[in-house]
Amino acid sequence: MSISLTAGAVPGPRKDPEVAAALGRRRKRTNTIIRALCVGATLIGLAFLASILITLTYRGFEAMSVRVFTNVTAPPGSEGGLLNAIVGSLIQASLGTAIGTPIGMLVGTYLAEYAKGSKFGNLVRFVSDILLSAPSILVGLFVYQILVLPFGGFSGWAGVVALAIIVIPVVVRTTEDMLTLIPNTLREAVIGLGSPKWKMIVLICWKSAMSGIITGILLAVARVAGETAPLLFTSLGNNAWSTNLSAPMASLPVTIYSMAGSPFEDWIALAWAGALLITLSVLALNVLARSVLRTRK
Amino acid sequence: MSSTTETGVADTASQSFGGVQARSEVALNAPRIAIKNLEFFYGDNRALKGIDFLIPDRQVTGMIGPSGCGKSTLLRVLNRMYSLYPGQRATGEAMIDGMNIVAPDADLNALRAKIGMVFQKPTPFPMTIYENIAFGIRLHEKLSRAQMDERIEWALSRAAIWDEVKDRLDASALGLSGGQQQRLCIARTIAVRPEVILFDEPTSALDPISTLKIEELIDELKRDFTIVIVTHNMQQAARCADQVAFFYLGELIEVAPAAQMFTAPKHPKTQEYITGRFG
Repeated sequence: MSISLTAGAVPGPRKDPEVAAALGRRRKRTNTIIRALCVGATLIGLAFLASILITLTYRGFEAMSVRVFTNVTAPPGSEGGLLNAIVGSLIQASLGTAIGTPIGMLVGTYLAEYAKGSKFGNLVRFVSDILLSAPSILVGLFVYQILVLPFGGFSGWAGVVALAIIVIPVVVRTTEDMLTLIPNTLREAVIGLGSPKWKMIVLICWKSAMSGIITGILLAVARVAGETAPLLFTSLGNNAWSTNLSAPMASLPVTIYSMAGSPFEDWIALAWAGALLITLSVLALNVLARSVLRTRK
Repeated sequence: MSSTTETGVADTASQSFGGVQARSEVALNAPRIAIKNLEFFYGDNRALKGIDFLIPDRQVTGMIGPSGCGKSTLLRVLNRMYSLYPGQRATGEAMIDGMNIVAPDADLNALRAKIGMVFQKPTPFPMTIYENIAFGIRLHEKLSRAQMDERIEWALSRAAIWDEVKDRLDASALGLSGGQQQRLCIARTIAVRPEVILFDEPTSALDPISTLKIEELIDELKRDFTIVIVTHNMQQAARCADQVAFFYLGELIEVAPAAQMFTAPKHPKTQEYITGRFG
């Protein structure tokens, strides 16, 4: 089959170089305007971000000292630090992640591998997405109702549960997304060898998706590390040294919240130091998440 | 199954038809798989219509036909790959060793160990070359480390890739070239020691040199394995296959020994397809 190329002239008037040039100028003008708008918007956004970061770094480093890491909260003017808050945050964030991650991974796996297109699966996905964008104070109130009130008081465990509830939907989403990215041909190759489905999921699919899932977990940790609202109603905060999960427990965000609102100069300075610590650790987690994603690709 | 030996037409040396060089005539062996009145449905869409044919033991059966004719579908019926997807079902009979492949109560994991499959695109697992091969073996057998090493060397050698990878068995399989990955997948399939190997357009994603290697390999493998290959490439069917089946719109139009198919097709549709008038 050959297409005839001997057809007549192109229909319509001849190409006018004047018109073409005018159109070209207009294109350039439009381009300049749109680009200016984009750059402008970016600069405004960056300016706010930079001013926050600069202030934070400046005030934070000013207040940073060894006693921030060695002393627990003390009354204003008596050389207090953030040790109890740092340790409390580490305990609650890591336990919350440790509880939320397996649940989130299993739910995400269920959605991607077992419930494709099923009504119940869609419902679960919908609920999880709502939870993902729900204001975190609701989670705090919820745990307050089901754990704090019936069990007689604020506790580290209540804070852990609240953080776990925040971790779950993040991990559900990334697990499902990452598993969905795996081509079906890989699944068929595993099944074609005579593998049962659970082995396919655990040994091949999770392995293929692992870097993505780890990224999701790290981002979830970064998120709960800075959560204040869910902890206000659950672990409350504690000015003394305590690693007892059945008692109220300190955490960086809640400590920052209460110190920053106080009228005492040295407490406010400590709040800046705490804010800088959280920001740096969240930054570190994000960098780590990105590098995990990159090295595995 | 019964031992009805289907003897091909005794034809002499290779002949040319429609520019396709067919291999010289060979007699077909006793059937390994017997397909009878097989139907397949994607939901309500009937994709295979009353298929009847025999797949000879330790020979190569080529399945050809235009896109959407049902040849890949039939291949996916033979190891029940379709069971992964709800809404797909098959009726009729495909007998291997007295067992009906499409029976609802068939043991799928055992069936798939018996009937292996190599896919269009290479599908290495995200692990080392060694682990890629060991994965399938571990599903069905418990071997000592030494036995495992031996089996893996055997599989990689049979797949003609041992010399290229023997010094880097602990390297990731994802770092191999496309052609190497495909031979690795073949090694992975034969490591499980199946009786039948299904090839779904195994060379359509490969360069000519890799294609040639795979074709030589298929020729080699048929000494031990029954092979079914789906291909879009007429030359490939002619080079590799002992028996060729031509599918069109979900029906098996014609099945014959390769030499006969490419020299004297009985059905006009087959003739048109082979000579490239449609497809």
